[in-house]
Amino acid sequence: MSKRFFRLVVSLLLALAVAPSALAQGKTIKIASQSPLSGGQAALGEGIKLGVQLAVEQFKGNLEKAGFKVDFVPYDDQAKPDVGVANSKSIIADPEIMGVIGHLNSGVAIPSSEVYKDVNLAMISPANTNPTVTDRGYKNVYRVCGRDDVQGVVGSEFAHGTLKAKTVYIVHDKTTYGQGVAEFFKADAEKKGVKVLGFEGTEEKSNFDPIITPIKAKNPDLIYYGGIYEGAAPLFKQAREKGVKAKFLGPDGLDSSDLTKIAGKSVVGMYYTTVAGPVTVYPAAKKFADEFKKKYGKNPEPFAAQAYDATAILIKALETVTKGGKAPTREAVAAAVRSVKHTGVTGAIEFDAKGDPKTALYFVIQVASDDPQKWGDNKEVKKLSIAPPAPRA
Amino acid sequence: MILRVALTVGALALSGLAVWIFPRSILAFLFFQGSLLFIYLADVPRRVKWALLALALLVMMPVIGYFNAYYLEVATQVAIFAALALGLNIVVGLAGLLDLGYVAFFAVGSYCWAIFGSPQANAIFGGGFPLPPVWFFAFLLVGLVVAAGTGVLLGLPVLRIRGDYLAVVTLGFGEVIRVMANNLDKPINFTNGPKGITPIGRPPAPFGLPYGEYFYLLVLLIAAVVVLVNRRLEDSHIGRAWEAIREDELAAQAMGVPLVRTKLMAFACGASFAGIMGVVFSAKQVFINPESFTFLESIGVLAMVILGGMGSIPGAVLGATVVTVLNLQVLKGLSLWLNELKNAGTTVFGYNLANLPTQLEPAKYERMIFGVILILMMIFRPQGMLPARRRQRELGHLPPKAAGGTEAA
Amino acid sequence: MDDFQLLIGILPQVFMDGLVLGFMYALIALGYTMVYGVLEFINFAHSEIFIFGAFVGVEILLGLKGAGVLASVPWPLLLLLILAAGMAGSGLLAVSIERVAYRPLRNAPRLIPLISAIGVSFFLQDFIRFLESIWRNAFNLVYPDIDALNHRFDLTETIDVPVKSLVVTFGALGMLWGLHALVNRTKVGAAIRAVAEDQTAASLMGINVNRIISLTFLIGGAMGGAAGVLFGVQYGFINAYSGFIPGLKAFTAAVLGGIGNIPGAMAGGMVLGLLEAFAASYMSLLTGGAFGAEYKDIFAFSMLILILIFRPRGLLGEVVRERA
Repeated sequence: MSKRFFRLVVSLLLALAVAPSALAQGKTIKIASQSPLSGGQAALGEGIKLGVQLAVEQFKGNLEKAGFKVDFVPYDDQAKPDVGVANSKSIIADPEIMGVIGHLNSGVAIPSSEVYKDVNLAMISPANTNPTVTDRGYKNVYRVCGRDDVQGVVGSEFAHGTLKAKTVYIVHDKTTYGQGVAEFFKADAEKKGVKVLGFEGTEEKSNFDPIITPIKAKNPDLIYYGGIYEGAAPLFKQAREKGVKAKFLGPDGLDSSDLTKIAGKSVVGMYYTTVAGPVTVYPAAKKFADEFKKKYGKNPEPFAAQAYDATAILIKALETVTKGGKAPTREAVAAAVRSVKHTGVTGAIEFDAKGDPKTALYFVIQVASDDPQKWGDNKEVKKLSIAPPAPRA
Repeated sequence: MILRVALTVGALALSGLAVWIFPRSILAFLFFQGSLLFIYLADVPRRVKWALLALALLVMMPVIGYFNAYYLEVATQVAIFAALALGLNIVVGLAGLLDLGYVAFFAVGSYCWAIFGSPQANAIFGGGFPLPPVWFFAFLLVGLVVAAGTGVLLGLPVLRIRGDYLAVVTLGFGEVIRVMANNLDKPINFTNGPKGITPIGRPPAPFGLPYGEYFYLLVLLIAAVVVLVNRRLEDSHIGRAWEAIREDELAAQAMGVPLVRTKLMAFACGASFAGIMGVVFSAKQVFINPESFTFLESIGVLAMVILGGMGSIPGAVLGATVVTVLNLQVLKGLSLWLNELKNAGTTVFGYNLANLPTQLEPAKYERMIFGVILILMMIFRPQGMLPARRRQRELGHLPPKAAGGTEAA
Repeated sequence: MDDFQLLIGILPQVFMDGLVLGFMYALIALGYTMVYGVLEFINFAHSEIFIFGAFVGVEILLGLKGAGVLASVPWPLLLLLILAAGMAGSGLLAVSIERVAYRPLRNAPRLIPLISAIGVSFFLQDFIRFLESIWRNAFNLVYPDIDALNHRFDLTETIDVPVKSLVVTFGALGMLWGLHALVNRTKVGAAIRAVAEDQTAASLMGINVNRIISLTFLIGGAMGGAAGVLFGVQYGFINAYSGFIPGLKAFTAAVLGGIGNIPGAMAGGMVLGLLEAFAASYMSLLTGGAFGAEYKDIFAFSMLILILIFRPRGLLGEVVRERA
């Protein structure tokens, strides 16, 4: 036994000697992303990662001119809080990492941001819509996506004001995001006098039959789905096939060409609310979608555009901090993010005191075609701009 | 003898030095961990062994952690999972009851403190919460009692069920607890559903200790108590009864082992460790929601127990260490290293890594490699890394090629 | 519409949905049961073997679609083709998994191959995803619509059955019958039963144990593959992780019916499918929204515990006796 371990010790020492030392390599700035890259939520997580990667490649020019090497470090948080926290400790242990774009799940983002807070490392979230993320008032935590309590209201405003829906049936996917936005939609819809026929949560991904049966019997004007396209697409598809006539509406988790790939003609005419403008009208959005497709061979997932913008904002902050070739500090970067004004793919972003976007301009977009390639043709039907609620005392 | 002692001391010193010189090299830290194992296995006087281990864990580790908080986090998680693995080891390893829903007890403990250590309890009782963080220590006990009670509650109806039927029932129970945590935000808001509970109070650090170090030492202390209790249990009356029913239920019963009480004790003991660590976990994370308590977590803890060697206390600790370190450090380190090569534009066999398509991103395949490692470990070391002594003897009885008809094909 | 009327009105539809779901679970459960019956081992990787069949099926359909001949092939032929391919693919995958990951562990304590199986499951999930991301650069794959299968028979105003649900139902029944006949009426079946009973004795009787075990995995895997193809046809889209939850449920169904018992898998699947459908449809209607569809799993698992308390060997009992 002992002999074997002796050998182990020696080989470890040798490995140590040849290992690439992580000692100072000059002026390098690293930007990290954290999102699930493996497991069931990997599609969205990878979308975020690719959004960050694209932005780093496109916008790092100025920093490089100033004499910095800019590296991108993707982390896989596996959608698990304990892994996310361990990763974030690894991130703060690397003094070259100046900012994090992440996470996908609020359940991972909240405990991880407690870690970032300790060293004032900027975290800009592309996808965490849970109000708690910024309501804690941390100086280093930002998000570019809308809050649940904003997007839910946008949805109900549209359902009541434009669609004139009298009855609605709400389904959500039991995630922080899905249930959160569905609850705010419900509360506001009831306030406006829309009758909520049912409010149902399900983790189901494929078989929605038992949920659709009561929906069909109650015959609502509108079905609102709180969640991601992976649940919405089969639900809407199976509902149409079963003869449900209701209109469909959902939040920005539905903004993916995979929705029409899965649900086909069933979702033509479906509405979704998002901060990412339709690519037909907004050249920036079109440019992003085209470049993403060209580079990675597929359409961006939901939150990829937000990740792209978040990274652009982080890089802008880095540029102000490093003016004159000064080495950045994490604290300075985190503070600089607050004053960045950026017009990106998802509209003009400016942060309020909590780190939320000041006013989010929402688009209500209608799916135009059952061809996934023509996701870009979706039409803007309404623009709504709502400010986040004032901070609670 | 002196040579061996010198060797262990040397290994520890050298590894400590390595971490000191390369504070961010994962290899150095692995070397440090390896030297701990080396000390544990080395043939040196017990007193030297324990003194060195105590020195490493109580002094060196916090110092290392002061310079690299990441290692401290890994060490803390290792301690948490070691306690979990020890708890499950009682149920699976000693009593031979396959439990696929162990994380349920962890969840129960977590929610105990999460609800009362945060403003969440106001939604149930009106006002007066959160409890002051000092209550955390009382809740270690509450978590223990509630989880043990849950264990008995699960144990009672399922005692007649044997073998793999029990496995499915426990699997179902684990899911039931998670789904309930995910849904009990109405009609009365107990758990706040998928949105989770935050901020959860943390015990205050005394003497101005840095928080990470304090928490690490606290978890280490609890884990040490768990190890101690396990050692006492293993050779106690009840421990032997557990092993008796594992080997042969009928025979054990005939020898006068009370089946019902023994099995319930196993469930309760196993659950109580998970309950304590649940309380610790919720305080460590400051935020919990049901995503932390999925079926995969149960499977992860089970893998730790079996990798280490069923029924073996050092095995469970080593299994927890290996799985945690593998997942949090080695595989991550590997993909970070590859990423670094990629960023640097290194060429391998004339191929520039920077052109690697994004489908081949190394960070995406950590779990796949973990799967392969699990398979290989089972094939090449089926008895576990540090098998229980009694089991070792048992397996030794098998003729080396007893594979009935393996050659026939 | 009156509430009571609504409850009654949807009853037949809920029942039908439950049956279709139950047949799906039953088909997957057959794979668990076959292997368990012979080796007393939970093949944890069966959920990935199952979804692999769905991938084989969709690749063929997409290949045909790419070649532009999808519309010209008559649908029954198409269905048979993808079923056969899915069965072959999953069957072979199961056999190779057994050869690589389980056979070296045949004499190890019972939990060892279980962990190995978990390793295989992790590996396969990300490996399938890896292959698809290289091959199609896609995460979700979608079964092309075959219009004939989507045709629905309207029984009443609120109740209808699509052709694909009938395909699932009859497919499952057919396979169950075939498997039952194979195990109970053929010589190979007798050999399988002999190996299940006592491997050493069987080998002494001149049965090649390894070959029979491989065959068991082949059959179990093929059943999983068929289930995978039908799953894809029924629900339309799959990804590398879609197999996990149905696999878990089917495993529960197998145990519920009495693991190792083929008709038991069917019965377990039916009970679980119906329970889920009823709980999901009625829970929130009956409690006024206080409890929702998500309690279906709690409901299903509580019933499982109840049934096992009164019938500790499952609904139809275990075929294999416990070895002392």
